[in-house]
Amino acid sequence: MSLTAHGVSAGYRGQQVLHDVTITIEPGETVGLRGPSGSGKSTLVRVLALLHRPDAGHVTLDGTQIDDIRHRVPSSRRTQIGVLFQSPRAASDPRLTLTDIIAEPLRATRQPHEQRVAELADRVGLTADLLGRRPHAVSDGQLQRACLARALVHRPAYLLCDEATTMLDASTQAHVAAVITDEQHQREMGVLLVSHDTTLLTRWADRVASITQQ
Amino acid sequence: MDKRDVTPAAVIGLAVAACLLVPVIWPLDQSAVALDNISQAPSLTDPGGTDDLGRDVLHRSLYGLRVSLLVGVVAALVATVLGGLIGGVAGLLGGWTDRILMRVIDTIAALPHLLLGIFIVAMLRPSLGAVVLSVALTHWLSTARIVRGELLSLRTRPFIDAAITGGASRARILTRHLLPHVLPKIALATTLMVPHAVWHETALSFLGLGLPPHLASLGNMINDGQRSLLTGAWWASIVPGLVIVTVTLAIAALAARWRDRLDPRVRAELEL
Repeated sequence: MSLTAHGVSAGYRGQQVLHDVTITIEPGETVGLRGPSGSGKSTLVRVLALLHRPDAGHVTLDGTQIDDIRHRVPSSRRTQIGVLFQSPRAASDPRLTLTDIIAEPLRATRQPHEQRVAELADRVGLTADLLGRRPHAVSDGQLQRACLARALVHRPAYLLCDEATTMLDASTQAHVAAVITDEQHQREMGVLLVSHDTTLLTRWADRVASITQQ
Repeated sequence: MDKRDVTPAAVIGLAVAACLLVPVIWPLDQSAVALDNISQAPSLTDPGGTDDLGRDVLHRSLYGLRVSLLVGVVAALVATVLGGLIGGVAGLLGGWTDRILMRVIDTIAALPHLLLGIFIVAMLRPSLGAVVLSVALTHWLSTARIVRGELLSLRTRPFIDAAITGGASRARILTRHLLPHVLPKIALATTLMVPHAVWHETALSFLGLGLPPHLASLGNMINDGQRSLLTGAWWASIVPGLVIVTVTLAIAALAARWRDRLDPRVRAELEL
């Protein structure tokens, strides 16, 4: 049982940014991943999130090799991996309210959502007033809390955080970390933390892997 | 409604009401000739003056506006459907399909579209349908480009990635995230196309390729009125000219204001 990238090389339009990277995230553990800008950290997250096809290597999810990406992967598998993106603003549909943003993955998979949205909104600290607003009317921190609630809404087995707390103030950063850690304690969720902040990684992660610029 | 919308909205409302009600409130035969009343200046009995066949110019201009607006709206809608479908296929499928469709669009766009429009009407019998087809077939390109560009840009946005990891199907992403973003822009492009299509209809009629000459059309009227300009009867072409300029500018102004409000951030600022 793990989410693993095996010897993954990946890039864009012929330009390779990742070379033969292997990384494993076990259930319940927090893996840190550090590396300089442009070293391919976000590309590795996209490969692990089944959003980007690697040029070489493959991803296994709980022992099953996944050869497809995006919509070709069954919805039930895609929802096992939650992603918290670096920019909450880019990762939120500007037309939806925060409630709709959190509820959307449940609506898309035809599951009841009201109770789960209320529970998660409470956990990430979003008030009823904020939940009715659209992304342009809330701060980055408030929006990232909504994105965290959305990433957790399907109770994913693995959560990939791509520089997810970099843009946030210290208190929001602490709150986001607390919610993620709490979720891990409750149900053994595996977490990949991508950051170039070494202090944050050494404090939060169980182990830290490095990726170097090629 | 913002006070800056009132004037263009009132002009459009008045024009549409006049077009619809003209047979009821001003029951004159638009083709009836009155040779004892030719080239009369605007007066209380003939508010638009009369042309060289004694017909009231304002009355005929309103009939002409009916035709022009009908052609403009229908041609813009047909062009939107065509452009939306082709742009949608290119933007959603991407790759070779996109490349081939875009080269086809570039090739058509390289031709002067009025000439292409003239070629299309010249191939068909002069009728309302031929004018609509000519305008629609030469005006879908911009809509296709808008739709394709929007879809290509939206497809790579992280919120679409987030929807995919959230388990959304292709259809769900199309209906929930892509179409709601693209539809207002399509509607705006259609609205902006209406005055352009009206001008095209007028230009085709002015060149004698639009509607049959006995039917009032603003282009026909401006063309016929040219002869009267030399005899001092300026109203014969100026009145239909003013009608078309006023109405099309009002539509364009309202559409431009609407475009400003499409951005949720600008909308929020306007609401404050």
